[in-house]
Amino acid sequence: MLRVDETKAPVDFTPELISKFDDIVSRYPAGKQKSALLPILHLVQEKFGWVSVPAMDIVAEYLEIQAIEVYEVATFYSMYLLRPQGKYLLEICRTGPCAIVGAEKLMDYVSQKLGVKEGEVTPDGLFSWRGVECLAACGYGPVLQIGPEYTFYENLTNDSIDKLIADLTSKSKN
Amino acid sequence: MGRKLLLEHINVPGINTYEVYRSKGGYAAVEKALKTMSPDAVVEEVKKSGLRGRGGAGFPTGMKWSFLAKPEGVARYLVCNADESEPGTFKDRYLMNYIPHLLIEGMIVSSFALGAKVSYIYVRGEMMPQIRILEKAIAEAKKAGFLGKNILGTGYDLELYVHPGGGAYICGEETALLESLEGKRGNPRIKPPFPAIAGLYGCPTVVNNVESIAAVVPIINDGGDEYAKIGVGRSTGTKLISAGGNVKNPGVYEIDLGLPVEEFMYSDEYCGGIANGKRLKAVVAGGSSVPILPANLFLKTIKNEARLMSYESLADGGFVSGSMMGSGGFIAYDEDQCIVRNTWNFTRFYHHESCGQCSPCREGTGWMEKVLHRLEYGHGKLSDMDLLVDVSKKIEGNTICPLGDAAAWPVASAIRHFRDEFEWHVTHGSEAVTRNYGIAHYADPLPKPEVVA
Repeated sequence: MLRVDETKAPVDFTPELISKFDDIVSRYPAGKQKSALLPILHLVQEKFGWVSVPAMDIVAEYLEIQAIEVYEVATFYSMYLLRPQGKYLLEICRTGPCAIVGAEKLMDYVSQKLGVKEGEVTPDGLFSWRGVECLAACGYGPVLQIGPEYTFYENLTNDSIDKLIADLTSKSKN
Repeated sequence: MGRKLLLEHINVPGINTYEVYRSKGGYAAVEKALKTMSPDAVVEEVKKSGLRGRGGAGFPTGMKWSFLAKPEGVARYLVCNADESEPGTFKDRYLMNYIPHLLIEGMIVSSFALGAKVSYIYVRGEMMPQIRILEKAIAEAKKAGFLGKNILGTGYDLELYVHPGGGAYICGEETALLESLEGKRGNPRIKPPFPAIAGLYGCPTVVNNVESIAAVVPIINDGGDEYAKIGVGRSTGTKLISAGGNVKNPGVYEIDLGLPVEEFMYSDEYCGGIANGKRLKAVVAGGSSVPILPANLFLKTIKNEARLMSYESLADGGFVSGSMMGSGGFIAYDEDQCIVRNTWNFTRFYHHESCGQCSPCREGTGWMEKVLHRLEYGHGKLSDMDLLVDVSKKIEGNTICPLGDAAAWPVASAIRHFRDEFEWHVTHGSEAVTRNYGIAHYADPLPKPEVVA
């Protein structure tokens, strides 16, 4: 759901960010700048961690389209996060091929290990997790990905989850 | 085993870089096509090759190309569909990850054949690492003079861009993909007009799968006739199969079409049988959308002939006792897997991924998910199976795009072949939540493989 009441979200669109937008827009024919919407929303999410309504309004203004055209896209595609998440959002594949090699038990384990339910953020703000649909890595399941670079972790076990969480925790302290 | 056409050099160190790819004969197809062939001659070779779309539908690629409208003064586009998200399929990720220049080379040759000056590769957003790899490969190819203005001095200009999606299975459907590329929700368009007449920005457009475009490279290098010699009947050439699930050796394999299914399933060169010495219960041969088959029907057709990995043989028996080649997403299920749970899982996937445009799909997938959920958790009724078949029949064929069909087929086929397992979930409700039905009579007729310590 869109958080239209969220007005204090960060909207620090630096000149560097805008120049990245310009670069993307240049890939499409003149007048078809709306094509840049999906890639630009990825950049916004990379910068702010999620896609807020005020940020979308600025994107709409930049692309010279109506705000609703941005909202309808952001709410359609599952990758765009419409509320703040943990610094590391663990997106675990839960579809068929991963499920038959243990993805569901792994999700239970992650939930128990982090002490938060799907969609919730740990008190230190570091982690959140959610089940996602097929990530096209079915031979290496169970798998998870972590944005914004969508680094992949394959053939996961409870032990490798322990290690991953420990590594990310210590990385965040440095 | 025949010669590999796409993955021949996959294990060469550094094959993801331009220098190594070039040293292994890379970009020869671009040189041959642009310098010695006309665009129509390239289309002709692809027609001769008999190449069929590798994304799932299996439509002849050359014929698709020949439908492209060519009005004067209107831009034409080639869009590569790299929105790989069919559960069970991971071949395109593999190809883009390890040998990105093969796709770039195929894109240049194909764009030349179609007269496109700007082409896009639409990659699903989750494949950000592969997007970076492709962007680097494009920059290398451009530096080497294979992209940009006046390629190889032939006067042909081409710009190639990568476009990230936003995580929507539906964008694998070509018109939804074009909507998405235009910056909109991925709602499939009503056809006609087909993209060949009015596609991206209303201009004539061809949308092809990653593997189809990559296959154009060996077709141009060796000639369409040579390519057509591989395979059986109308299934020509090689195909990438993504083997997953409970197989011993999961991974991406390039096979000659027509390879016996039994060899693919049990030979150590391919899947190596089922992991942990277990037995094969069922197989989804072409991605989650195609009908699931019990092991005995998968290995042999209803006429007791050996089944082959080809478009025709996998479909032998129609939907009564056959399946489909689909996208080559091969999922094997061992004796401990529950068909009801798997069907529920797939249906939840389709419910989640339905774009919501057509009521039969938007509502029907949700109803099927709910009914399957109650069956899986021991609260089902014996009438639920007929209810599911009824709902699936009312989705099938009644939607704008094939997602509805794709959601209906796995449910209908699971009930057709595994009805006793569904009924057991009703009659043994409390037991069904603690243990699985097992292999029953679906077992493959082959002897149980020895357990390797």
